[in-house]
Amino acid sequence: MIEVKNIKKSFGGHEVLKGISAVFEKGKVNMIIGQSGSGKTVFLKTIMGLIEPDEGEISFDGRIWHLLDEKEKAAIRREMGVVFQGNALFDSLTVEENVSFPLRMFTNKSPKEIKERVAEVLEQVGLPGVQHKLPAELSGGQQKRVAIARAIVMYPKYLFADEPNSGLDPKTAIRIDDLLLDLTKKYDTTTLVNTHDMNSIMEIGEKIILLKDGYKAWEGTKDEIFISDNPDLNDFVFSSELFRKMKELYLKYELKK
Amino acid sequence: MIKLILHFLEQTGKYFLLLKKVFTKPQNMKIFWENYVRELDDIGLKTVGLISFISFFIGGVVVIQTALNLDNPLIDPSLIGFAAKQSVVLEFSPTLSAVILAGIVGSYIASTIGTMRITEQIDALDVMGINSANFLILPKILAAVTFYPFLIALSMFLGVFGGWVAGVVTDLVSTEDYLEGIRMGFDPFHFTYSFIKTVVFAFLIATIPSFFGYYVQGGALEVGRASTKAVIWTSVMIVFWNYVLTQLLLS
Repeated sequence: MIEVKNIKKSFGGHEVLKGISAVFEKGKVNMIIGQSGSGKTVFLKTIMGLIEPDEGEISFDGRIWHLLDEKEKAAIRREMGVVFQGNALFDSLTVEENVSFPLRMFTNKSPKEIKERVAEVLEQVGLPGVQHKLPAELSGGQQKRVAIARAIVMYPKYLFADEPNSGLDPKTAIRIDDLLLDLTKKYDTTTLVNTHDMNSIMEIGEKIILLKDGYKAWEGTKDEIFISDNPDLNDFVFSSELFRKMKELYLKYELKK
Repeated sequence: MIKLILHFLEQTGKYFLLLKKVFTKPQNMKIFWENYVRELDDIGLKTVGLISFISFFIGGVVVIQTALNLDNPLIDPSLIGFAAKQSVVLEFSPTLSAVILAGIVGSYIASTIGTMRITEQIDALDVMGINSANFLILPKILAAVTFYPFLIALSMFLGVFGGWVAGVVTDLVSTEDYLEGIRMGFDPFHFTYSFIKTVVFAFLIATIPSFFGYYVQGGALEVGRASTKAVIWTSVMIVFWNYVLTQLLLS
C-alpha cells in the first residue's frame, strides 16, 4: 500500500501539486487520471522518488520516504517496477540485456538463473523468443511489453506505469491494460497507472483519482463514475459523445433495475 | 552581464555537484568494468584512425613550413627536425588532438547522455536505485584519462614520422639532419608536460559534454543545442587550461 499525504510541489513559483492526499491499495490497479497539464506525471514521479516534494509525506507500507536513509530508500527502489511513457529501454542493449539489467545489477543470480527468469517474464508478457533483438527491431506494443517485463523481473511490490497506452492502437492498448491487471493480481502489487485514456479507465481501473490543476478533484471506482455528479469528473469523462451516450444507457439500465 | 556571470557561476556549481555524484564507488564493479571497456572502444579506439591521419599530415605540414622559412644557408638544417619535434610534442599532439577529440567525442557524449535523458533512460536508472551519474559518466572519465595518453603518444610518433616523410619526399631535409634535429635538446620533462596536459584535457573532454548531456531538458532540438554547447565549452576550457598549465609547468 502506498499512502500520500498533502503532497505539494512547485517549479519556479508555479504550484503544480497543491496538496494531494490518497491511499493506493495493494493488489489493485489504482488509476490517476486527468487532462494534460493536470499534474499527473509530476505526481507519479514524486511518488516514485524522482522528484522531491516541497511538502507532504509518502509512505510505502508504513515506511515514510523522507525519514529513510539512502540505503533504505535504495531498498524500496528495488521493490519498484516502472513502465515509462516512452518505455525507456536502453537502445544499445538487446531485449535480454534490458530485461536482465536489474537482476545483473542487484542480485547474485547465476547467468543461467538470469536467462531463465528473463525467459519466464517474456513469456508472461507474451513475447517469447525475442531475447536477442534490439528494442528498435520491435513494434511499439512489443517495446511496451519488454518495458513491462523489465518492470516485473525483480518481483516488484509497487508497479508504476506512466501513460502505458500512449501511441498504441486500441487493440494493443487493451492487451497492455489486461497485462497490467493480470500482473497486478499475479504479483499482488500496488499498481499506479497514469492515464487519460477512458478505455483503460473503464477496462482495468479499480480505484480512480482525478487530478485537476494540481488538486485531487474526485476519487472513486469505475462504476461510481457513471453516477457521480462531480462537475470536474463529468467535464473530463463525458466530454466525448460516446461516453455521454454510455452514461445515458447505464442510467436507463439502472433505473429499469 | 551580471545575469550572465550569475548563470555561469550557477552552471559551474552544478558541474561540480555532478562531479561529486560521479566520484562515488560503483554499485556493481563487474558492470562498471564492462562499461569501461565499452567506453574504451567508443571514445578511445574509434578515434585512433582520425587522430593518426591528422597527426601524420600535421607533422608533414610543420616540416614543410619550417623548411621553407629556414632557407638561410647559415641555419643548420637539423633545426627543421628540432622545430617539428618541439611543435608536435609540446603543442600539436596534446592540444590540437584534444580540440579535435572535443569535437568528435564531446558531441558523441553529450548527444548520447542527452538522448538518454529525454527518453527517460536516466530516470529508469534513478528509479532502480542506480546512481546514474556514476554509472554513465565515471567509465567515460576513466576511459578517457587512461586511453588518451597512449593516443597522444601515438600522435606524437606519427607527427614526427609524418614530418620525416614529408621532409625526405620533398627533399627539404635529409634523414640524417632530421634525426639529428629530433634528438637535439631532448628534455624528458617536455613529455611529462604534454602527458599532464593530456590527462587534464581528457578529463575535460569526458566531463563537460557529460554535464551538458545530463541536464538536457526538452527534445531533439535541445539535445542538438547541448551537443554544440558541449563542444564549444570543452574547446574553450582546453584552450584556457592549456595556457594555465603552460604557465605553471614551463615558465
